Amino acid sequence: MTDHSAAALVPVRVSPLGRAREIVFSSPMVMLATVILVLIVLSAILAPWIVPHDPVRLAPAARLKPPGGEFWLGTDAFGRDLFSRIIYGGRISLVVGVAAAIIAVALGLLLGLLAGYLRWIDAVLMRMVDGLMAIPSILLAIAIVSLWGAGIWTVLVAITIPEVPRVVRLVRSIVLSAREEPYVEAAIAAGSSTGLIMRRHLVPNTIAPLIIQGTYICASAILTEAILSFLGAGINPETPSWGNIMAEGRIYFQINPGIVLWPGLAVSVAILSINLLGDAVRDALDPRMAKRGIER
Amino acid sequence: MIFYILRRILAAIPVMGFVALFVFLLLRLTPGDPAAIIAGDTATPAQLEAIRESLGLNEPVLVQFFAWIGQLLRGDFGTSILSGKPVIQLIADRMEPTISLALTTIILSVIIAVPLGVIAAWKQGTLIDRFVMLLSVLGFSVPVFVIGYLMISLFSIQLGWFPVQGFKPIGDGVGAFFHRIALPTFTLTLLYIALIARITRTSMLEILGDDYVRTARAKGLPERKVLMRHALRNCSVPIITVIGIGFALIISGVVVTESVFNLPGLGRLTVDAVLSRDYPVIQAVILLASLVYVVINLLIDIAYVLLDPRIRYA
Repeated sequence: MTDHSAAALVPVRVSPLGRAREIVFSSPMVMLATVILVLIVLSAILAPWIVPHDPVRLAPAARLKPPGGEFWLGTDAFGRDLFSRIIYGGRISLVVGVAAAIIAVALGLLLGLLAGYLRWIDAVLMRMVDGLMAIPSILLAIAIVSLWGAGIWTVLVAITIPEVPRVVRLVRSIVLSAREEPYVEAAIAAGSSTGLIMRRHLVPNTIAPLIIQGTYICASAILTEAILSFLGAGINPETPSWGNIMAEGRIYFQINPGIVLWPGLAVSVAILSINLLGDAVRDALDPRMAKRGIER
Repeated sequence: MIFYILRRILAAIPVMGFVALFVFLLLRLTPGDPAAIIAGDTATPAQLEAIRESLGLNEPVLVQFFAWIGQLLRGDFGTSILSGKPVIQLIADRMEPTISLALTTIILSVIIAVPLGVIAAWKQGTLIDRFVMLLSVLGFSVPVFVIGYLMISLFSIQLGWFPVQGFKPIGDGVGAFFHRIALPTFTLTLLYIALIARITRTSMLEILGDDYVRTARAKGLPERKVLMRHALRNCSVPIITVIGIGFALIISGVVVTESVFNLPGLGRLTVDAVLSRDYPVIQAVILLASLVYVVINLLIDIAYVLLDPRIRYA
């Protein structure tokens, strides 16, 4: 029995859209998470049109205003509107989350296929993966940022690298069990090229697990970005990101705790929604997957 | 068994070797002059030359790497650029808060999470189960520093039960120590509780469906004995594994928590080092954290053989 084949057992008749609808409506929690995510994505895209104030304009006269009136959530120490900054902050988080997930999955898929299929690469690559996994991800990211300087690209690389090893391990384990399957043996016997076997027979097995792993990576990348910014090792402090807003608000926590707590709520709710959606996708695509090492 | 343990120890060496290689290459592959990066913007040419000399930058890369490994093995982790002190001494000075926080967190998490996981599995599908599952999703989703500020807001500012920030060594009195370490521990523990409770629940669920559990119930054993003696004992391997893997999370979490609560530990040392681009310190902390992680997981692997008679290694 090989449980990766469960992904292939998903009924083909159901269209991806119908499948998505099924997942979204599977429970009230998941529906709520979806609605929240859609709202966050929309507000990030439409930010320039919906924010009441310029998120980066300094207004010393209006510094540290309490919530209410003209400034819904109050202002920060530079008189900038907190609500507008949080809406803009969503842009950074979403871009980092989605980009990190795509890059990590793509790289991990490539390396995992190689490790699983080509024995001679496997030994070396897996030692590298073990080594990389032994380095706590925040420390690794911090080191990269401190060397290469803060910037959105550095931060993206710093967040993505620690995520890759887990994808490599996942893909490798799927490939290792799939390559023992009769259909792969048959393809080898029929003289298919390695590239064709990978594309036609191995990659399709990895798709469902990778979608799920990708959502978790997205959530974890948003979390790491916030932590890096919060520690002062993230993107440029002038750019409003949820972590940056909190980092700047720390000193004023006793005066206006909202500067820390509102972006904190935003980042928590965003990550929570993505995780809930990821769990729902996992349960729908393959209930046994949780046992197979897909971890957040 | 001795051979297995020896083999495991030998297998850990290339892992650490790769960690060291990665840390080494990270600096060498950074665009620009590594000496300039290490020295910072205000270095004089003479300082640059001294650093270049000490790093052996004029030697071939391979020679540099092995020379550096040799230094590490002798306990020489270099000199901090910021303070000019040996890095190893800085680390030793900052050890106590970090170890204290990590230990209190692990102990508290296990005490809370294992019973939660057992009860959730036992009462699967009930409100308690849902609560535990929700708690575990929350633990994975809410950033540690957000929890930290909520704790400060509630317990320090509103209720005034705990000091906002700071650390007292245990040598200054157990009461003072716990009074200050309590909030950071509560903050960090949620993530770890989430991790351990979830794996406990999953493995308990699996085992509760096994034949010997049915047998134990059928012969009339009290439920408590069935759960503790038959089920939980057999879950010990996955639970301990997760505790080991989760150690990397603890290290990351400690960095953040120390920053929130202003604890003078290794995390703060690292963050301060980042802000001043004190790479030797960062490099040493990474090596040390990875070493601790590898050693803990090595010990856990060895513990399996001793704990679980089903696992036998030739």
